[in-house]
Amino acid sequence: MRPARLSVVTAAATVAALTAVTGCTEKGSSAGDDRVVNVTATDDKCEVSKKEFPAGHVELAIENKGSKVTEVYILFPDDRIVTERENIGPGTKQTVTAEVKAGDYTIACKPGMKGDGIRQTVKATGKGTAAKRDPRLDKAVAAYREYAQEQADETLPKAEAFAKAVKVGDVEAAKKAYAPSRIGWERTEPVAESFGDIDPKVDVREDGLEDGQKWTGWHRLEKSLWQDKKLTAEDTTLADQLITDLKDWQKRVGKAEITPTSMANGAKELLDEVATGKVTGEEERYSHTDLVDFKANVEGAEKAYELLKPVAQENDPALVTELDKQFAALDTLLDKYRADKASYDFTSYDKVGKADRKELSDGVNALAEPLSKLAAAVVVK
Amino acid sequence: MTESTEGTPSRRSLIGWGGAGLALGAVAAGGAVAMTRTGNDVEPVGAAAGGAVAFHGDHQAGIATPVQDRLHFAAFDVKTDDRAEFVQMLKDWTAAARRMTAGQAVGEGGFGGLAEAPPDDTGEALGLKPSRLTLTIGFGPSLFEKYGESFGIADARPEALVELPKFAGDNLDRNRSGGDLCIQACADDPQVAVHAIRNLARIGFGKVVIRWSQLGFGKTSSTTPEEQTPRNLMGFKDGTRNIAGTETDRLKKFVWVDPAEGPAWLSGGSYLVARRIRMHIETWDRTSLQEQEDIIGRDKGEGAPVGKAKERDEPFLKAMLPDAHVRLAHPDSNDGATLLRRGYSFTDGTDGLGRLDAGLFFLAYQRDPRTGFIRIQRNLAPDSLNEYIQHVGSALFAVPPGVRDKDDWWGSTLFSKEA
Repeated sequence: MRPARLSVVTAAATVAALTAVTGCTEKGSSAGDDRVVNVTATDDKCEVSKKEFPAGHVELAIENKGSKVTEVYILFPDDRIVTERENIGPGTKQTVTAEVKAGDYTIACKPGMKGDGIRQTVKATGKGTAAKRDPRLDKAVAAYREYAQEQADETLPKAEAFAKAVKVGDVEAAKKAYAPSRIGWERTEPVAESFGDIDPKVDVREDGLEDGQKWTGWHRLEKSLWQDKKLTAEDTTLADQLITDLKDWQKRVGKAEITPTSMANGAKELLDEVATGKVTGEEERYSHTDLVDFKANVEGAEKAYELLKPVAQENDPALVTELDKQFAALDTLLDKYRADKASYDFTSYDKVGKADRKELSDGVNALAEPLSKLAAAVVVK
Repeated sequence: MTESTEGTPSRRSLIGWGGAGLALGAVAAGGAVAMTRTGNDVEPVGAAAGGAVAFHGDHQAGIATPVQDRLHFAAFDVKTDDRAEFVQMLKDWTAAARRMTAGQAVGEGGFGGLAEAPPDDTGEALGLKPSRLTLTIGFGPSLFEKYGESFGIADARPEALVELPKFAGDNLDRNRSGGDLCIQACADDPQVAVHAIRNLARIGFGKVVIRWSQLGFGKTSSTTPEEQTPRNLMGFKDGTRNIAGTETDRLKKFVWVDPAEGPAWLSGGSYLVARRIRMHIETWDRTSLQEQEDIIGRDKGEGAPVGKAKERDEPFLKAMLPDAHVRLAHPDSNDGATLLRRGYSFTDGTDGLGRLDAGLFFLAYQRDPRTGFIRIQRNLAPDSLNEYIQHVGSALFAVPPGVRDKDDWWGSTLFSKEA
C-alpha cells in the first residue's frame, strides 16, 4: 500500500528522466499533477478528478471507498485494455500508470471485479490525435472482445470437467468431455493464437513437435484416451497443465490486439484452419471429432462477420450477400452431420467418405474466398 | 488504429471482377504486349513464343491456334443453380481470361493493393510473357442434364453432345472423367498456363469446383505441318496428318460446327473429346523395334508409313498389319472421319508400383463426336496398340464459338436469352 503521493513524485521523476533521454519537448517535466487522475471508487460510483489530461504518461491514483474489492481499467474505445489493476481492497489506495496516445479512453471501475464496470469517458489531449475510426467498428471490436472473453470464461468449467475425468481415470467421461471442452477455443482461435506461447502448449498436434519438444495439451490427452486407451499419472499432470494454460488464456484475452481488419482476417483464418486441418481429418486423428472443431471454427468466423457486417454492407453489399449465402450453405451442409441442430454430436469424421469430404472442402472454399475480401470491405470507406 | 485508405483505388469495384475494374492497376507483364495472333489467324508463330494470341474472334483461340508446348486442363462441376450467378461468373471469367491471354494480371494485379486483403492476382505470372496463352471453354453433357431447367438451357442441348459410349478396353476413373464445363489452358510456359487455371478456379469458388485436372507437356500433335512433327512418349512422331490451322477447308469440314446443322448457339464452335490415356511405358520399352513399328504402322526414325520412305508419303494401308494403329485410325478406314488433335504428354510421377504414371492426354476437336471420335475409337477396338495403352479418363464438351469483342463473353450465345 504505497502512499499515492510518493508514486506521483516517482512518476514525475520518470517523465523527467525520459524527457531528458529522448530530448522530447513535452511540456514541463514538473507538470506531474497534470497527469494524475484521482479515481474514487465506491460500490456504485467511479469518480474521476479530471476528464482531460495531456497525452503521454498518465497515472491513476485510485482509492477504493466502497465495501467490495474492485478493479480499475483504462480502456481503448474498442474495449481493449490499456492497463488495469486488480484486487483493490476496500479502504485501500493503489496507483496505475500508463503511456497513452492522444485520443478517447474509458476509465472503468468494477466493484466486485465483475461485469462491464462503472464507466467514465476521458480524453488524452495533444498533438497527433489519432484519426477517428468509424465508431461502429470500435463497437464491433469491443463486442468481439467480449465474445472472446465469454468463450474463454465458458471454456474453463468445461475444460475443468474434462481434466477432472482424466485425473480420476474415467476414460469414458473424459472422451465425452473432450470435444465440448475445445469449442470455445476453436471459436476464437485467432485471438488465442495471438498469444504465441499458449497455443503450442494447449493445441499442438504430434506432428507439430520438434525433436525433444514436450507434447502437452488437448491432443496429447486425446491420444491417451483414444489410441492408448488408458490414462496414466503423466496424464494427470498434463490435465493440470492444460487448465493452468487455459487460465492464462482467459486472463489475457482482454489484452489481445484486435482491429476490425484482424477480426475480418481472423474469420478467414478460422476457415483456413478448417481447410488445412479439419477437412483432412488431421486435427482430431484419434478422436475423429473434427466436425465439432469445424463447426466451432465456422461459428467463430460467423460471429466476427456478423459484427462487421453493418460496415461491410455499406461498402460492399454484394460481398455481404455472397457471405450470407455461403455461411448459410456451409451451416446447412454441416447440419447433415448431426441429428439435432442444438447439439454438438457430430458424425465421427472417420465415417465421412471421400466424396463427402470433398463436398465439405468445396463448401469451405466457397466461403473462404469471399471471406478473404471482408477486410478490404471493412477498410474501404 | 485507423486504416487510412487515401490514395488506394477502391477495391470495391473490383470485387465483382466487373469491367470497371479492368482499367485499374493494369500490370502488363513483359512490357508492351504484341497482339500478334488472333483465334482465326493461324500462321505459324515460330520464335514469337512470347507473343499474345488474340482473345477475340469467330472461333475460340486454342483450337486451330498453333499448338503451344504446355497444357493445364481443368474440368469443373457447377455448384450453383442460380442462373444469374452462373452467367456472372462466365462474364467474370471472360474478363479475367481476356486480361491473362494478353499477359496482364487479373483485376488490380498481384501487388500494390490493400495491405489487409489478398491481391486480386495470385502473382506467379508477373513478369512472364503472354507465352501464347489460350483459354478455351467447353460445356459438358452433365451441365444440360443437371442444370437444364434452372439455367433455362434444357432445350439447347445439342444432339451431338452425347454421352460417350463404353469402348473396349476402357478403364475409366470417374474422378478423372466428366465435368459440367472445362477450361483448356495452353501456353509455352507452364507457369502461365497454371496461373490461368488457378485464377479462374479462384474466381469460380462458390459457383464451380474443380472436378479433376491434368497438366501436360510436350505437344503430341501439331497444327503446323511445316514444323517438325512432335513425338509422343512412345517415341513415335504423332500427328503427321493432323489438320493444320491454315487448312480452312478441312477445318470447316471436320472441326467447326456448321450454322446449318445447329444448334445455332454452337455455330462456329466445336466438340472437344478429352481422354487420359495411360501408357504401359515399361513394357513398351521392352518391345522390339520391329514390333513397335508394326504396331504403329510407321517407322520410328523418319515416321514414314510402312513400305514408304518419307514421313509425308501417302500411307498404303494394306501394307500395314490389319491391327496396326495407323491403319485403323486412318480416315480411309473410318469413312473419312478426321479429328483435329492437340494432345499432350503427361507424367504424374509413379504409380506406387514403381511404374511411370505417364501417357498421352488426348485432346481432339471435331464437328460431331458421333462421326468423329466415337466412329474412330470404335474402329480402334482391335488395335494392337491397346496392349500398351489404357484409357483411364474421359470427357466430352461442346465448345462455343469465339468471344467476338470486348462486350462479349464466354457462353453468350447459349445464355444470352432471358430465362
